[in-house]
Amino acid sequence: MEGAKMQVEGLSAYYGKTKAISEISVGFPEGKVSAIIGPSGCGKSTLIRCLNRMHETLPRTRVEGRILLDGEDILQLDPVGVRRRVGMVFQKPNPFVTMSIFDNVSVALRFAGRHSRDEIDRAVVRSLQQAALWDEVKDRVDAPAVSLSGGQQQRLCIARALAAEPEVLLMDEPCSALDPVATAKIEVLVDELKSHYTVIIVTHNMQQAARVADYTAFLYLGKLIEVGPTESLFERPKERLTEQYITGRFG
Amino acid sequence: MTRPTLSPGDPIVRRRPRRWGDLIFAALVGVGGIGVLVLILAIVGILVDQSAMSFRAFGWGFIIGTQWDVKNNIYGVVPALSGTLITSAIALLIGFPLAIGSAIFLTTQAPRWMRGPVGTVIEMLAAVPSVVYGFWALYVLGPYMRTSVEPALHRYLGWTGGFNGPATGTDILTAGVILAIMVIPTISAISRETLAAVPNSQKEAALSLGATNWETTRYGIVPYARSGIFGATILGLGRALGETMAVTMTIGNRDAVPTSFFSQGQTISSLIANELTNSNGPLQYSAIIEAGLILLLISLLVNVVARLLLWRVLRVSGGSTE
Amino acid sequence: MKFDRSARRKLWSHTMTVLAGLCALVALIPLASVIYQAAVLGGPVLSVDFLTANPPSPCSPVVGQPPCAVGGIGSAIQGTLILVGLATAISVPIGLAAAVFAVEYRGRFLGLAISFTADVLTGVPSIIAGVFIYTYFVIYYPVIVFSALTGALALSVIMIPIVTRTCEEALRTVPHSLREAALALGIPKWRTTLQIVVVTALPAVLTGILLSVMRAAGEAAPLLFTAFGSRLGFQGFNNPINALPLLIYNFAESPYKNWISLAWGAALILIILILIASVLSRLVVNRMVRRMRGG
Ligand SMILES: Nc1ncnc2c1ncn2[C@@H]1O[C@H](COP(=O)(O)OP(=O)(O)O)[C@@H](O)[C@H]1O
Ligand SMILES: [Mg+2]
Repeated sequence: MEGAKMQVEGLSAYYGKTKAISEISVGFPEGKVSAIIGPSGCGKSTLIRCLNRMHETLPRTRVEGRILLDGEDILQLDPVGVRRRVGMVFQKPNPFVTMSIFDNVSVALRFAGRHSRDEIDRAVVRSLQQAALWDEVKDRVDAPAVSLSGGQQQRLCIARALAAEPEVLLMDEPCSALDPVATAKIEVLVDELKSHYTVIIVTHNMQQAARVADYTAFLYLGKLIEVGPTESLFERPKERLTEQYITGRFG
Repeated sequence: MTRPTLSPGDPIVRRRPRRWGDLIFAALVGVGGIGVLVLILAIVGILVDQSAMSFRAFGWGFIIGTQWDVKNNIYGVVPALSGTLITSAIALLIGFPLAIGSAIFLTTQAPRWMRGPVGTVIEMLAAVPSVVYGFWALYVLGPYMRTSVEPALHRYLGWTGGFNGPATGTDILTAGVILAIMVIPTISAISRETLAAVPNSQKEAALSLGATNWETTRYGIVPYARSGIFGATILGLGRALGETMAVTMTIGNRDAVPTSFFSQGQTISSLIANELTNSNGPLQYSAIIEAGLILLLISLLVNVVARLLLWRVLRVSGGSTE
Repeated sequence: MKFDRSARRKLWSHTMTVLAGLCALVALIPLASVIYQAAVLGGPVLSVDFLTANPPSPCSPVVGQPPCAVGGIGSAIQGTLILVGLATAISVPIGLAAAVFAVEYRGRFLGLAISFTADVLTGVPSIIAGVFIYTYFVIYYPVIVFSALTGALALSVIMIPIVTRTCEEALRTVPHSLREAALALGIPKWRTTLQIVVVTALPAVLTGILLSVMRAAGEAAPLLFTAFGSRLGFQGFNNPINALPLLIYNFAESPYKNWISLAWGAALILIILILIASVLSRLVVNRMVRRMRGG
């Protein structure tokens, strides 16, 4: 695909002997939001976790194929460096329980150890602003992160990922643990984030994909069935499986 | 590409591979881990090595030899081994019902406010040092056994032949009782853990059938926790087999096979405590080490069995994708 | 008829509850008695002098003679602090490393093997730890068989598996999602482990260490043929040294009144320390577990 920030080529991923995704090739365009949809267990999480090499952190896992970031195969790079360029937000908010709000957001910069106090402060403010959390926490950035509500915690996790200045932001069902109000906030946020980042979001909620994504990929049983601009995929699906899925006629 | 502009400073991206830190770290913690493995091999290895002289002298006869005869330099492990096994059996016989009873009480019957605190107190029994129990037994338990328990046992059970001889309060029975006290917290704590791990659905299923409180426990909960309770008991046995100080202070330390519960005796650990540093020659020294090796192998066996049972029940290897 | 049956079942149920409760009560009697004895016989000798002075010469009061010197257990307290301190310095790095390996590199056979071995090692009789160190030194360094060094090593053999197991448990309470969060931020594994996982589990890790320290502080068996005991204070790492449990053992069976009183005082001190430690550790662990659930 032209202008793809990330390009996956013939990607298969295994848990032990089980092949969770098979021969997937897909591109994720720069500065856009791409959604990955599909029924539960189809391999959405596995795919997205390959994109920043989180898949291999689990025991007995294996990846085959190529994953290009700006044309370079991340499987050949240092995984730690890859994860700095490709940030991730998880399904359940997972703030560091022992740390304050400020420390959570600044952790990646602090551990990198090459940033002045001032730079870190500004990065924290910027990230919290980008994550639309600043106004709610600006008076208590030193409070424990676990004192925030679930929706706030998830935005904190987004801010934490953004503080490391990634190029790509991966989100694995970031709203599934949240209430509708918090979900709406995150969706607005995703829309704003794409002006700065390439966003790849996994969702099992088709309406959500339709609302936030420019491009959508449909996965089924570990295989990529169809990918295209969101509108055309939802209105004129080319594959029967896609049509069945988006019209809710899946057994 | 548009990038956020608020944060100056150099880009955080670094392509230089940085696996060195991780490699060194993995190697360091690996050394610690392998140290644990080496430790057990070293212990077994050195005991095997040092038992060689005794093994050459007595062969397998050591295991069935009923003499520990320092004068004639003939050594067999039966006097000490029988003491170890008998005192441990007494410990389980007395300790098991009390431990299980209190575990059941504290997980299923007691009022909620009572469970945590009383459980903690029972587990404190495990924290009291062995030597303090021994000291206490010298002053409290032993005299009580001598003046009350043992005469009564003799009167009512003397006809069995097992409760004859002078009541001294410094004998196999007293050592067994002190061991019972010491295994209760071990058995009780782990049984409590396995009972608490029984899914609530088991309990609710029984209750919904109209079972009484006790029936729910007896038929819904305890059977489910059976293998855990068994594992806990074996672990308690392991503790009893190897206990040293309290036993050394109560058993009477006589190198002969006990003929009655009132006999003075010896366990392998009390034998080691009493004779290792004042052995009369290299053969006795080696025989003591061989006895220690037998004790070690028995406790390893017992612990392996207990842990295998308990791992199935209690070990949940944490961590999931989501 | 039907009423009868259900009444009987209820009665049976209540009886069994009472019986189970009695078991718990009986199990508590020895603890109560131990504490009572130690308080009654050991309480009166406690004083500042008792904590610092060295044990006196043996003596039993005789009418008409000057009263016996009371003395103290200073050398035993000092010895226990030195032995346990050194043993902690040896066993905590090893045990913590082994725990980190077993948990953070889980899924590998070696990790499981270490975990299991540590479990089994905690069941090795403590006297065997003493025999192990003793025989090793008799062969290789016979001059320092009875010394603070060998005593500390024997205690380390006991502490290492306990530290490993308790730290393992502590590290396991840290949700996997926190490790993922850190790794996904591009934080290297070693930093993730040390600065996120271990720090998050720190209260429980410290508790585990505290428990192993208390266990070591109460052990006499492994010290019988290593630290050996001494009435003097610390004489260097290559000389015999005293310890609280050794003092209790040596004095408890002696015929001298003043030594026996000292032993009770020492027992009381040990009990108090250990009770405080076990209550403390329970509180810390409970609080941490609650926080993990809340987070
Ligand atoms: N940790 C794991 N170990 C083994 N199999 C897994 C693991 N995680 C996921 N799988 C399997 O991989 C497949 C894809 O899972 P996943 O990527 O989580 O699906 P999704 O996110 O679309 O619901 C499923 O069949 C699942 O059972
Ligand atoms: Mg998923």
